[in-house]
Amino acid sequence: MGKTTEVPVIWLQAATCSGCSVSVLNSAHPKIAELLLEEVVPGRHLNLRFQATVMAGAGEPVLEVLEEAEHELKGGFLLVVEGAIPTAEGGFYGTLGEEPLAERAASLGRAAQAALALGTCASFGGIFAAEPNPTGCVGLGELFKREGIMTPLINLPGCPPHPDWFVGTVASILLLGLDGLEEARLLDEYRRPKLFYGRLIHEHCPRRAYFDEGKFAKHLSDEGCLYELGCKGPITHADCPLRLWNGGTNWVIGCGAPCNGCVEPGFPDLVSPFYEKLKEA
Amino acid sequence: MGRIVIDPITRIEGHLKIEAVVENGVVKEARSSGTLFRGLELILLGRDPRDAPLITQRICGVCPISHGTASTFALDRAFGIADKITKNGRIVRNLILGSNFIQSHVLHFYHLAALDYVDLTAASDYDGPDPELQRVRRFLERGELGPFLPRYEGDYRLSKEANREAAAHYLMAFEIRRKAHEMLAVFGGKAPHTVGIVPGGATEVPTVDKITSFLWRLNEIRSFIDNTYIPDVLTIARAYPDHLEIGSGCGNLLSYGGFPQEDGLFFWSGTTSQELNPEGLDPSRITESVRYSWYASSKDPLHPAEGLTKPRWGKEGAYSWLKAPRYDGKVYEVGPLARLLVNYAEGNPKVKGLVDWALGELKVGPRAFFSVMGRHLARALDCKLVADAMAEWVMELDPGGPVYTEYELPDSAQGFGLVEAPRGALGHWLKIEGGKIAHYQCVVPTTWNASPRDGKGQPGPLEQAIEGTRIKDERNPFEIVRIVRSFDPCLACAVHLVRPKGREIARLEVV
Repeated sequence: MGKTTEVPVIWLQAATCSGCSVSVLNSAHPKIAELLLEEVVPGRHLNLRFQATVMAGAGEPVLEVLEEAEHELKGGFLLVVEGAIPTAEGGFYGTLGEEPLAERAASLGRAAQAALALGTCASFGGIFAAEPNPTGCVGLGELFKREGIMTPLINLPGCPPHPDWFVGTVASILLLGLDGLEEARLLDEYRRPKLFYGRLIHEHCPRRAYFDEGKFAKHLSDEGCLYELGCKGPITHADCPLRLWNGGTNWVIGCGAPCNGCVEPGFPDLVSPFYEKLKEA
Repeated sequence: MGRIVIDPITRIEGHLKIEAVVENGVVKEARSSGTLFRGLELILLGRDPRDAPLITQRICGVCPISHGTASTFALDRAFGIADKITKNGRIVRNLILGSNFIQSHVLHFYHLAALDYVDLTAASDYDGPDPELQRVRRFLERGELGPFLPRYEGDYRLSKEANREAAAHYLMAFEIRRKAHEMLAVFGGKAPHTVGIVPGGATEVPTVDKITSFLWRLNEIRSFIDNTYIPDVLTIARAYPDHLEIGSGCGNLLSYGGFPQEDGLFFWSGTTSQELNPEGLDPSRITESVRYSWYASSKDPLHPAEGLTKPRWGKEGAYSWLKAPRYDGKVYEVGPLARLLVNYAEGNPKVKGLVDWALGELKVGPRAFFSVMGRHLARALDCKLVADAMAEWVMELDPGGPVYTEYELPDSAQGFGLVEAPRGALGHWLKIEGGKIAHYQCVVPTTWNASPRDGKGQPGPLEQAIEGTRIKDERNPFEIVRIVRSFDPCLACAVHLVRPKGREIARLEVV
């Protein structure tokens, strides 16, 4: 057995519901236990040093883990941020260890080798940045821009994001390197991996034939295309219809509900009301 | 006199800080602060009311379904269709919510709480055949132990064998909770954050193949609950008998009741106390006090339908951003413990036999439930009750039958939805004006449990549970985190605003 390279990961939760963490726990291949304990790709083990939902420790000892990453692992760890960053009132709407989350995200972001904005909130602000955005929430990319942080960033939106999107992106970074990802132009204009966000829901929707025939559902639970009931599939970029959710069990349109566009930068304000037909562009 | 500050409290949902003043080794005063405000109730104003179940699910990724359900019930009422939900619609909703109960309880016991009692490093010299334990051993051998170290040290009492078995179950439980989410997705589309529960009913028409796939996932999970989860809780309770005494809390319990059946609720609503007399529930007696919370008030306390969320920095005497919900002016605990003992006191036959069995296993009386281990045990029994009932509910579905009832959107209306979330009594109150949301208040389980003192100076249930606890080592205050976690707090749900750093008014130095 060859030597294992440890890849330190710091996973910071900002203004979040923890749904992104819960979704990653739902990873089927690899299982979450494998993701935590085994090499995620041969020779590389994700060393999850800070993740407040699962980590054993609490209080002062775990804050030292963050300090250590910032100062002793400079350029040598992967930062995962879940949740939007509250910036109003000097960042006091969200603190961790008595420090504003915005300061923690910026200093860890500056020190990280690369950053993954996990979920729509971390990518674009999401639900908590919705009008009137009472806490001044921004996505990680916006925070980096304001603070002049040049650390490479990948956005993995979704409310929540699919666990495969997370695992697949981490594996891509480990196998191809960040430079490899950039060179192969694997990211879209919103820095989302095209592998997962390259096509519209609408392109692969099993109800697409209904759309083409003009057979539209009048009420929820009816047969037919859900376009008239507010489906945002025609403007939403994700592979849900092919990948399916929860180990291939089902997905949003599969259970008769309209797609609500949760991976898009305009979620939720530009894709709601969720049950109203898309406005013509 | 020492002051212990634990920030962050990990392995809970959300951002929590606990401060405790310790005198002669005993906690004299405890204060809990949430450290994140997101303002979702403000974000909801002016929106299409039908969007509320989707938006309020984002309050909490661990129990989104509870919020989606409370919001949906409130809208059913506001739209005048609460009594028109079809049988299939009612059952599909119960199955989606019940699946998440299981997911949440298994996650809580094994992945949020167990590491306080179970020492995974017991697998470091494992040389047996279990592939899961071999996996843990290889991990330990590599020497980079995040996220399992650092931790508070000093009180791991299980034998090496019991620790190893529990470590294997810790890993197995990851799979079980994942499968509970798969089960949820059968009728809910995806999890977390389902789309299948809507005002008017549900979106997915049940078919025989879906019923069967749901049932067989459930069978596997029920076997785990009976043969692994409940026995593990009993094993840990026997190893920590003093934890059947510490953290007893306020002693008053409240349940809204939940899971609508054809004839009433599966879990009954009511209140009780340590004497276990059934004392009924009248939701109009629920109030929220902001006397010690940083909110403005012209009148205190207020009923949630009239509740205000007007932050006031620096309010004299205030020390928390949580409000203080009270029932009949008194402090009440909510959660699985409350749900089970309210039903026990009322003589709900489904609950009584199981509770008596568990008490017999531990050779204790019902009073032992008012404790750290009592809450874990109640949660495990709660999980079994819901899982067993779901096996019956899923077979009551009418394949191909209607799940959805159409309705007219009213211009103005109001409604409320009361449900039992995994963590306890959850209520949403809303008003609609001009077809838009004009008022929205959520009173969530953790606001009850982690509330600050009220207008009468009564500390909240969690504060009361911590106060009086003996702390062996102030640098490793594991007693406090064990008490906190026994409540399964969800701060993302509870917190309205944050305590600002560096402002004099925010300092909590006491005594």
